Amino acid sequence: MPLADEQLARVLYVDLTNRRYRVRRREDLFSKYLGGTGVAVQILKEELDPKADPLSPENVVVMAIGVFTAVYPAASKLVAMFKSPLTGNLGESHAGGRAALSLRMSGFGALVIRGASDTPIYLSVHDGRVEFKDASALWGVRSSLTIGKVLREREPWPGLRSIMRIGRAGERLVRYASVILETYRHFGRLGLGAVWGSKRLKALVLGGKRAIPVADVRGYREAYKQAFEGCLRSPATRKYHELGTAENVIPLNEIGGLPTRNLRSARFEGAELISGERFAQESLARRIACAHCPIACIHIASIRELYPGERYFYVTRHISYDYEPIYALGSMLGVSELEGVLKLIEQVDILGLDAISSGVALAWVTEAFERGELSERETLVKPEWGDWRTYLRILELIVEQPNDFYKLLAQGTEKAAERYGGSDYALTFGGNEMPGYHTGPASHIGYLIGLRHSHLDNAGYSLDQKYLGRAYPDPEALVDELVEEECWRQVLTSLVLCLFVRGVYKPEMISRALRPLGIEMSEEELRDLGREIYREKLRLKMEMGFDPSELRLPRRVLETPSPHGRIEEDYVRRALDRYRSLANSLT
Amino acid sequence: MALTRRRLEVIDPDLCVGCMSCMFACSRRFGDSGLNYSAIRIRSVGGVERGFTVVVCRACDAPSCVKVCPTSALKLRGGGGVTLDSRLCIGCGYCVQACPFGAVFWDEVEGKPIICTHCGYCVDFCPYGVIKVM
Ligand code: SF4
Ligand code: SF4
Ligand code: SF4
Repeated sequence: MPLADEQLARVLYVDLTNRRYRVRRREDLFSKYLGGTGVAVQILKEELDPKADPLSPENVVVMAIGVFTAVYPAASKLVAMFKSPLTGNLGESHAGGRAALSLRMSGFGALVIRGASDTPIYLSVHDGRVEFKDASALWGVRSSLTIGKVLREREPWPGLRSIMRIGRAGERLVRYASVILETYRHFGRLGLGAVWGSKRLKALVLGGKRAIPVADVRGYREAYKQAFEGCLRSPATRKYHELGTAENVIPLNEIGGLPTRNLRSARFEGAELISGERFAQESLARRIACAHCPIACIHIASIRELYPGERYFYVTRHISYDYEPIYALGSMLGVSELEGVLKLIEQVDILGLDAISSGVALAWVTEAFERGELSERETLVKPEWGDWRTYLRILELIVEQPNDFYKLLAQGTEKAAERYGGSDYALTFGGNEMPGYHTGPASHIGYLIGLRHSHLDNAGYSLDQKYLGRAYPDPEALVDELVEEECWRQVLTSLVLCLFVRGVYKPEMISRALRPLGIEMSEEELRDLGREIYREKLRLKMEMGFDPSELRLPRRVLETPSPHGRIEEDYVRRALDRYRSLANSLT
Repeated sequence: MALTRRRLEVIDPDLCVGCMSCMFACSRRFGDSGLNYSAIRIRSVGGVERGFTVVVCRACDAPSCVKVCPTSALKLRGGGGVTLDSRLCIGCGYCVQACPFGAVFWDEVEGKPIICTHCGYCVDFCPYGVIKVM
């Protein structure tokens, strides 16, 4: 079926080596896969040699949006797919902000970046035009936030553009470097920042404005209204409006699922002090939204600081907070001071690091230091639980990489633990550092078998919570449930809806919302599409070297009781056996 | 004439979260999605952390935009502001330059101005009560 909006099917292929670009029409991909994850998998299959070195010019980055982008509320994410330098495998990261809207407004449905420039550059894409601009002077600038300010002055389309950039962590190829969007959103996970760094791509600015035709105007307005009301008023999204995801801190701590001090415990005595309630009372300055999302879950705190040595000289800075960074840079490190958590979040943003991976790396360093596997000879400073000032310094050292230890730590916690010991308490899953849920077997099995090794793959943590106080399923049934959920999420991430609105955009709603766009798909067809994309993604991952027989849980997960008690090794083994046979049958 | 006297007013920009729902709503009046037809624009005040400003027609009593229109395509609207007769508009863009609020936007498809008609459709889609029709 032809798309009502032909421009969505335009894919921009950029070659950084030769500073050239071309545009190809890919109706075939967009009308079949709807966009996002589904389209990105296909393009990556065509463009990327699965054996390529992630930090070589051969790596390819695909960024894609979907048929709902700039059409329905909360279809606010941009998907990036690439080969991850952290895991050596498929990398997929999603970011909010204005990027998705801006890509569609600039007249493209996907952007493919390949090659590498010999000198630093940034890309400016607006109104269908592509410019390669020199970024030599921007390279090495201390803070990624400054880069945003500079480009804001130089680039067109204020209010209708996205400014994405890397920090020094990306330039210096830290394998968990992020890409920062606007000021408060990120492509955090799996090292997209390092891939950009290896391509000497400092920034990407997208902007524009246009009309998107729909096939049935009246039906569109009705479906819009319904989706809008759902996003705004459904109980499924309420917590995101109010305290934001930080609301999770207290309930997770109460059930004993809040990873604390490198998961030596799952309860944090300082939880109250870094709770969503506390953040709201003490420092919440403003709530803002991603483009075209009425929920406004982004919570921005302000900190006011006295200049050292100057009286009556204050600086006020703003930092956004979410549950995950609070976990990773708070409880995981034993930091219970609000100010400390905020400064650590700010530091990872300034440097351009992923907050979750950074926090887990710091936690491993602290424990290894305590156990004597590391000494000051390696770490150069004395890490200690709760001492956020020292952690601020260690984050810089990870970026500076002054010795062999930091060079290795910049490659990820798993790599560092392989060399220095402590793999049992290095909290990584398939090479990726763990998210903040020690809620039971499903969360951990979920990180392990999820194709991104992320908590958003299949929401194992929410299954754990669902089964609290009820009979927990057998490992086989659990894996089936996780995989089924992950298959469905491929549909959501192809339309590139924010996963916070998954309760609003149920299959029935999606099917109804597609109709006015001229796309007829039943609920069952949607589910089938999800399964197909899952299969295709799994295949691609296998080609990149993913081996389900190598999956391994860090021992620490089995030692610290979860809300479901101790996680049994045998349970995990059976679950993984089930997953392997499933994976084999699918590929 | 009670009806034509209604105007869109910005009640409290400090409540604005920058979700752009109002912009999409306004554009949707013409049937399409996207932002081409939007007569309202939300802009950050130099970085989203400082909040937003709502750029929309203020329904001036003696509008600058009308004064510069060479073809009288823009006419005074009862109750303030202007209406556009697009058959007369030659797409010169003088009105865009003239509006001191930057509230005349541009239709990239037709090459003509987009001007708020104070219809209030956007109001129903602002979740935080930032704008109202008075
Ligand atoms: S467009 Fe500008 S000048 Fe014209 S009436 Fe509206 S605010 Fe006044
Ligand atoms: S009042 Fe009508 S024309 Fe004016 S901004 Fe709102 S929706 Fe657009
Ligand atoms: S809908 Fe309301 S809160 Fe959202 S951008 Fe418009 S004025 Fe601001």
